Amino acid sequence: MTAYLANDRGFLGDKKAPGFLGWIFSTDHKRIGLLYFWSIVTFFCVGAILGLLLRLELFSPGVDFMSAQTYNATFTLHGVIMIFLFIIPGIPAAFGNLIMPIQIGARDVAFPRLNLLSWWLYIAGALLAITSLFTGGGPSDTGWTFYVPFSAQTQSNVSLALFAVFIIGFSSILTGINFVTTIHRMRTTGMGWFRLPLFTWSLYATAWIQILATPVLAITVSLVMVERLLGIGLFNPTQGGDPVMYQHLFWIYSHPAVYIMVLPGMGVVSDIIPVFARKPAFGYKAIVVSSLAIAFAGSLVWGHHMYTSGMSDNAVLVFSFLTFVVAIPSAIKVFNWVTTLYKGSISLDPPLLYALSFVLLFSIGGLSGLILGAASADVHVHDTHFVVGHFHYVMFGGTGFAFFAAMHYWLPKIYGRMYSKKLATIAWGFMFVGLNVLYLSMQIVGVQGMPRRYYDYLPEFTDLNRLATVGSWILAIGLVTMFANLFHSVRRGSPVGPNPWGGASLEWQIPSPPPTDNFGEEDPIVTHGPYDFKEAGIL
Amino acid sequence: MSAHEHKDYVGAKFGMWLFLFTELLLFGGLFILYSVYLSRYPADFVTAGAELDLRFGAANTLVLLTSSLFVALSITALRLGKTKQSLWLLAATVASALLFLLNKFFEWSAKIHHGLYPGSPELQAREIGETVFFNLYYLMTGLHGLHVLIGAVVIVWVMVFIRQGKVHRDDWVILENAGLYWHLVDLIWIFLFPLYYLVL
Repeated sequence: MTAYLANDRGFLGDKKAPGFLGWIFSTDHKRIGLLYFWSIVTFFCVGAILGLLLRLELFSPGVDFMSAQTYNATFTLHGVIMIFLFIIPGIPAAFGNLIMPIQIGARDVAFPRLNLLSWWLYIAGALLAITSLFTGGGPSDTGWTFYVPFSAQTQSNVSLALFAVFIIGFSSILTGINFVTTIHRMRTTGMGWFRLPLFTWSLYATAWIQILATPVLAITVSLVMVERLLGIGLFNPTQGGDPVMYQHLFWIYSHPAVYIMVLPGMGVVSDIIPVFARKPAFGYKAIVVSSLAIAFAGSLVWGHHMYTSGMSDNAVLVFSFLTFVVAIPSAIKVFNWVTTLYKGSISLDPPLLYALSFVLLFSIGGLSGLILGAASADVHVHDTHFVVGHFHYVMFGGTGFAFFAAMHYWLPKIYGRMYSKKLATIAWGFMFVGLNVLYLSMQIVGVQGMPRRYYDYLPEFTDLNRLATVGSWILAIGLVTMFANLFHSVRRGSPVGPNPWGGASLEWQIPSPPPTDNFGEEDPIVTHGPYDFKEAGIL
Repeated sequence: MSAHEHKDYVGAKFGMWLFLFTELLLFGGLFILYSVYLSRYPADFVTAGAELDLRFGAANTLVLLTSSLFVALSITALRLGKTKQSLWLLAATVASALLFLLNKFFEWSAKIHHGLYPGSPELQAREIGETVFFNLYYLMTGLHGLHVLIGAVVIVWVMVFIRQGKVHRDDWVILENAGLYWHLVDLIWIFLFPLYYLVL
């Protein structure tokens, strides 16, 4: 296969599908992956700008430049964009599509046209979400959770925003179905289940959650739409309904969705650490099993979002216990990653830097999550900035950094060009410092009692809010540097060979960028595990 | 692009089954609401449930079960190369779907005629649990009816494929998947029927 090096920019320059139309109607998993990647990065930047504006408004108490209504609309939009358009599709749809079929030795996913449809649905949903800002009663002001009764009553354009969520959810389901089928049916000769790279395993666990949880969100948001449009209110107390049932159904999806967000990130980290430690992954099977355990146990803990909703004390107790249970598989992963590094021959390249920050920041976020998981402590910090800090540590410090790690790890493979490692490291430094200043301040001010989702606050919270806002600027400098470096590398970076990092999984055995059919004439035959560097002849 | 045209029947059916799971969970949310509200307003549910006409429900159950048989037979017919017979059986399925929807239309009309629809003055004068019951009734049977319609459209679409020769005795997985979808529509009704017409 190494002889197969002919490269006229691989799938990027496929002559059979030229031009813009050749991209947006392509069924090649790599092109669809890149379509997703660029759409997702665009929405991430929009969401990040909205986040910066929110922090700017909170620089001083009182109205700085946003009214209460504008602030409500802005944090709703920030949440909807970041959750539904960036972090849920982020790693699976972009890097899953780009890398997973290659990792299992396939030439495409099981249903290529369905894959293209998924991307179109994603774009259609995004366009609907944007349309909802400028039509009807203006942008939604409910928060991304769309809680009833407010979401059923507000004059803002909630129905269209919910329809957008429905469509994007459908896209997510189709990707999930595609990935599960692909991993079951399209592994190449010798690619047994326990030779799958851990990234592919994490996508497998994620895809199952996408399939099993997302339909519940679909029916839940549909019921809110029905109440708004037809007046049939299954959650409306004046019609005998129960608003708490909305919260149950919403979190039956949205808590597992948290694992849709973080599991692929864990997969990225599990793939990166062995390569840069030059050691096989420690506890491969334990990491696999913990992914599946997270997918399973994570589906049983939704009630921990609802300790103060008026649920019965017994239910609170059970959900609190289960929440602690789900921390176990996460901790297993962390210990396995650290043990993989132990006595490794570590090269601290940018992908590893980002992956290591994931481990640290995810641990901080996860441990503060235990405070929220304990019902007695949660009651005091519920709906404060502590919660905001917590989930940004997990989501941005965790999944966000994993997404960045994946960019630094796989973009050289996809574009065949290397970025400046020095700039990548500098960008990482800014982001790491900025992120901690931002979200640690939020957590402290939250413990002191500052509630979330207010454009205004008491004067005594000023210092920490200013610090957080300054943190957001440092973070922004890092983000701009990182993206500028990567964008520059995509066009003008120095060319790299097939295997710049010394990985042993299949994607590193083919040219960079990969050819359209991935593997040339012969299907690859796998004779060793994804981290057996000796057998792969790399060590 | 797809130089390696690959046909994986097991994979295609596997994907369809996964999709059917998602449909079950879509209805699952409504079944949860049904069970919670039933346990909250058991007496009102029984009173309201008595208003439903068992004859309509039973007739529709019969229609749907028969239509599922038609689909199953049409798959066998196609595999045996009896294309014409297969098409007729599929047409019978679509006819059954329309019959089901017609029946549902009359049933709903009768209810609405009696003033039993969401937000009606008649319902507002009654116990609140009955409102919940009829809200659920219209939403669940409505969503199911929508699925009947989608299923019928899918079957018509497969019929076009058979006519064009894209689906034939050696390549019938699309028909089988459409059949699976139709059985799912049938299956959900098998749960709705007792919940609304029999147990209350």
